[in-house]
Amino acid sequence: MEITAIYYLIPSLIMFCCGVYGFITRRNMIAMLVSLELMLNAVDVNFVVFNRFLFPEQMEGMFFTLFAIAIAAAETAVAIAIIINIFRSTRNVDVRGLNEMKF
Amino acid sequence: MDSTLPLLILTIPLFMFLFLGLLGGKMSHKLAGTLGTLGMGTVLVLAYTTAFTYFFSGSSEFVNAAGERLQAVIFNQTWLAFTDKLVIKLGFLLDPISAMMLVVITTISFMVHLYSLGYMRDHHGVYERGFQRFYAFLSLFSFSMLGLVVATNIFQMYIFWELVGASSYLLIGFYYTKPSAVSASKKAFIVTRFADLGFLIGILILSYYTGTFDFTALTSIPVDGMADVYQVSEQTALNVKGIFDSAAASTFMGASVMTWALVLIFMGGMGKSAMMPLHIWLPDAMEGPTPVSALIHAATMVVAGVYLVARLFPLYLMEESALEIVTVVGAITAFYAAMVACTQIDIKRVLAFSTISQIAFMMVSLGVARPDFHEGLGYMASMFHLFTHAMFKALLFLGAGALIHAIGSNDYTAMHGLRKHMPITHWTFLIGCLAIAGIIPFSGFFSKDEILSSCLGYSWVAYLWMSMVAGLTAFYMFRLYYLIFWWKEHKTPEGHHAPHDQPWTMSLPLIILAAISCVAGFIPFGKFVTWKGESYDFMAHFDWSVASVSLAVAIIAIALATVMYRKENSLPEKFKNALPNLWRWCHHRFYWDELYQFITHKIIFNCVSRPIAWFDRHIIDGTMDSFATMTNKASEFIRPLQSGQIQYYVWIYLIGALLLGGVTLICLL
Amino acid sequence: MFSNILIYFVVIPLLMLGGLALCRNIKQIRAVAVVGSLALIGLSTYVLLEYLAIRAAGNEEPMLFTGSWTWFAPLHINLAVGVDGISIAMLLLSSIIVFAGSFASWQIPQPKAFFLWLILLSTGVFGFFISIDLFTMFMFYEVALIPMYLLIGVWGSGRKNYSAMKLTLMLMGGSAFLMLGLIGIYYHSSTDSSSLTWNILDIARNASIDKGWQYFLFPMTFVGFGVLGAMFPFHTWSPDGHASAPTAVSMLHAGVLMKLGGYGCFRVAIYLMPQAANDLAWIFLILTGISVVYGAFSACVQTDLKYINSYSSVSHCGLVLFAILMLNTTAMTGAIMQMLSHGLMTALFFALIGMIYGRTHTRDIREMGGMMQIMPYLSVCYVIAGMASLGLPGLSGFVAEMTIFVGSFQQGMTDYLAGHGSLRLVFTIIACCSIVITAVYILRVVGKLLFGPVHNEHHRELTDATWWERLSTATLIVCVAAIGCFPNFFNNLINFTFSPEIFKVLGLN
Repeated sequence: MEITAIYYLIPSLIMFCCGVYGFITRRNMIAMLVSLELMLNAVDVNFVVFNRFLFPEQMEGMFFTLFAIAIAAAETAVAIAIIINIFRSTRNVDVRGLNEMKF
Repeated sequence: MDSTLPLLILTIPLFMFLFLGLLGGKMSHKLAGTLGTLGMGTVLVLAYTTAFTYFFSGSSEFVNAAGERLQAVIFNQTWLAFTDKLVIKLGFLLDPISAMMLVVITTISFMVHLYSLGYMRDHHGVYERGFQRFYAFLSLFSFSMLGLVVATNIFQMYIFWELVGASSYLLIGFYYTKPSAVSASKKAFIVTRFADLGFLIGILILSYYTGTFDFTALTSIPVDGMADVYQVSEQTALNVKGIFDSAAASTFMGASVMTWALVLIFMGGMGKSAMMPLHIWLPDAMEGPTPVSALIHAATMVVAGVYLVARLFPLYLMEESALEIVTVVGAITAFYAAMVACTQIDIKRVLAFSTISQIAFMMVSLGVARPDFHEGLGYMASMFHLFTHAMFKALLFLGAGALIHAIGSNDYTAMHGLRKHMPITHWTFLIGCLAIAGIIPFSGFFSKDEILSSCLGYSWVAYLWMSMVAGLTAFYMFRLYYLIFWWKEHKTPEGHHAPHDQPWTMSLPLIILAAISCVAGFIPFGKFVTWKGESYDFMAHFDWSVASVSLAVAIIAIALATVMYRKENSLPEKFKNALPNLWRWCHHRFYWDELYQFITHKIIFNCVSRPIAWFDRHIIDGTMDSFATMTNKASEFIRPLQSGQIQYYVWIYLIGALLLGGVTLICLL
Repeated sequence: MFSNILIYFVVIPLLMLGGLALCRNIKQIRAVAVVGSLALIGLSTYVLLEYLAIRAAGNEEPMLFTGSWTWFAPLHINLAVGVDGISIAMLLLSSIIVFAGSFASWQIPQPKAFFLWLILLSTGVFGFFISIDLFTMFMFYEVALIPMYLLIGVWGSGRKNYSAMKLTLMLMGGSAFLMLGLIGIYYHSSTDSSSLTWNILDIARNASIDKGWQYFLFPMTFVGFGVLGAMFPFHTWSPDGHASAPTAVSMLHAGVLMKLGGYGCFRVAIYLMPQAANDLAWIFLILTGISVVYGAFSACVQTDLKYINSYSSVSHCGLVLFAILMLNTTAMTGAIMQMLSHGLMTALFFALIGMIYGRTHTRDIREMGGMMQIMPYLSVCYVIAGMASLGLPGLSGFVAEMTIFVGSFQQGMTDYLAGHGSLRLVFTIIACCSIVITAVYILRVVGKLLFGPVHNEHHRELTDATWWERLSTATLIVCVAAIGCFPNFFNNLINFTFSPEIFKVLGLN
């Protein structure tokens, strides 16, 4: 059995949908962050897969993924910091309660 | 004639007004009063000189070869040019009536200035608050009134007409801390303002058709050959006459346009001269200081209406229906006011109603004047009565002022039996009463008799009616006289002075005016004031049969008053009880004030102004506000879309993406 | 550019703004305001004299001192200036009111910011009156409107936020119509699409706006300016706005800004689109005729001094627009005179109301009385202002109203006799009635506020006017009396403007 791109893409799609579902339904900001990471990683997988199967002699997809992982790490750090700060001031990580800044 | 003198006549009072008004507060009371009086004295001399020059110099400027007195424009300065033709000029017109009015105004005004020096201070010699202001206003009034009578065009007259209205307002409201004085002044101004609206529209109509404001051009229209007397070119007169004729043909609501114009102008006169139904302000105007009542509300300003009709008399002659209205209004007012005067308690109000009645006499006299009857005797009679009335009514008012000053009340019930304490006032007041009652040889006899003669020449109904009013006049005046000076005097409370005669500044004007009232009847008025300017012998028109009848009426009326009021008795009570309704209506002045109160407060304020104000705040403003509210509502409606919840956005994004994908897919397939 | 004298009407206020920015204390601020407004009075007087001299020399150009500098060539936007008798009268009026207004706000809190906005507002006003380019005119118009929001919102009293918002929004709404109208005019300003222009004189000369477009553009511009001229039913910003505004702002707004409306209606709507003005006048005659009596009746029952005066302004400004629509030289002259007269006298009114309010802290006439005994100077001024308002001869109101009535009546009768309907005639007579109603509400206030016994014993301790208040009111009274006593000077100044251009188009008198 030859491993084709579809074997990678289906799990990544499932991963992405899980991420979307989680992002939409969870009200906890940590959980939302996790869902976000899921989506991001699903996309990263796609990058690598398409690079490998479509343009094996080029490396852009790989690099892009590495780049995205680095950014994601930084972003997660910032996000976690924000969440912790919010939690400190409001004792709450539920997004529905965080609308003071809206008006 | 040199224009210096006339110019000074107008500018001195104006200057005195500005001077006393701006700097009066800085100077002493005495100085301000003296300056005001001296200023008026100067004007008096100048006005006498001017009138004397006009009547007696015989210069060709004033009298033509046929001996007719001419209208002479001394100066005429453009003030405001609306169009090439419609120009307001400020000028000085000298003709028989304006010269006569100059004499009347300056005489009375000077007397009042002098009198006020004594009147406007209390028994301890302390001047009243605002004494300087009082003299400033008097000067303003004199300026305006003089400007009014010498007006060369109808708009100048309107300007000064408004100014006398305003100075009357200021003087009625002189005691501005008294609410009754404030409301009286307000009433006077608004009622006359309403009348002036008619005047203004009348002027607009008249000026539209004739294309001029100028009196000389206007009044030269109707009568052939008048162009000569009025000193305009024959061509102008003919032009204007042509316009007048064609305009008279076009009608509006059953009357010719010219009738409308003249009636509207007369409406202005009705307001100032307190003709029914615009008379209600005059009795209330008595809230002002008494010298003011004597000057403005008896002798000068209130006859402005008569003067206006007299000034435009040739025009009125062309539209006899307008003259008939003048007659009817005058006749009704004369009777009404005389009836009311019989029942009033306040002596100034009795005099006020008597003034209304006497002015109505003048109006009737103008209304019945026709050139074919004794060369317009009514016109001359009206002016004659204006002259004599000014003198004796000012006398009566100043006398009443002396009484009020001495007693401190306007009620005759507080007076009684004053003849021993105040002999000068008593005798001069008696002369005034005799003059107004029409007893020979006092001045009122002659002028009233001329009026009755011209009424007889018009119709016997008018004659009988006016004779009856003349009888009533004699009755109420002597009722007043007896109630004040006879009856048993009140006990003077301990520690108070008995009432006594006044200082010379107050007595002198009384004596002078009394003297004039005694002799003014013998002035050959026909030699001076006639409607076409020609002079005729006064006695030629004197009808002894009319005179004896009216004399008899007056004497009977006085006798009746003597019986009823000389001593305290029960006759007046019986009379009152016999006709309770009549008495009540007369006493309440036929409820005119209540009617006006109802119209202004209930209808104008409550049914017009308030709804409009409500409409503005709630409907118009509500609509404007509702635009804002609607915008707000709309944004409230779409605001939830922008919830700030990222998950909500993702939902929308997802749905949108899926829809877009679906659409794309369908399109591709 | 700086050789043209008119440009200094904008330069001086800008210099004043710079000066104010450098000021450190209230004395310097006052000095800048007074010196600057005196300079403006001097400048406008100088322009007036020059103008008269040039006219006397026989120059019959419609506008004098013209100048034009390109600002944005692709859209033909220029900074074009020029004045005629009407603009000069308006410039004179504005500079006097700015002067009086500076004294009326002698003790305002946060003076620096206040004067900055006030002077910015007057920059707009002066710029508007000297402009003859529609675009810059509109720009200055907006410059004059916006500071009003802050001036009322920050320094106002009562429901100031609501009022400021309402005023600004309603006037902006008017501007929206106006801008549409002006752009429409621009695109029809010439038959040749390459030579479109914003210049009023050129547009009037080209007369290229066809009738169909005039029917659309005339109402746009007339309503746009009419909102500022307090035309019924777009007047409701006026009572609320004036009631909340601080004294000097009320003065400037009622005295000058509302004149922008009347001036704009004349200069743009009627001057450029006379045929539509002639045909559509009836609609606006009805509206303005209603304004005249409606405002007067509303004023009769108000109890707040400022509301009374605002409604009276609605009535008087209604008369301005009413007279402009008569399309008759006399009536239009009267309209301009009325603008002058109303500007001065309403500024006087608002100044006095502000001074009384500053002492009694109430504007409700039911809570005051007998002021004549307490503050005689202010009370006498109030009586004079009232007399001017109800049209006493010798003060400005009379000449303006009479000129309007005579002109309107002439036009009304001419129309009526020529079979063009009696609308003008009927509304003239209705408008005449306002002189009586005006007397009613003026005397009502004077009677309640100034005369009678003292209502509140605490008021007895109040003081009369200070020197700067005296100066401010006296300046205005002198001007009111000057117009009232020598009307023919102003009449000739204004009247000349009408003769050459506008009526040629209509073939009217």
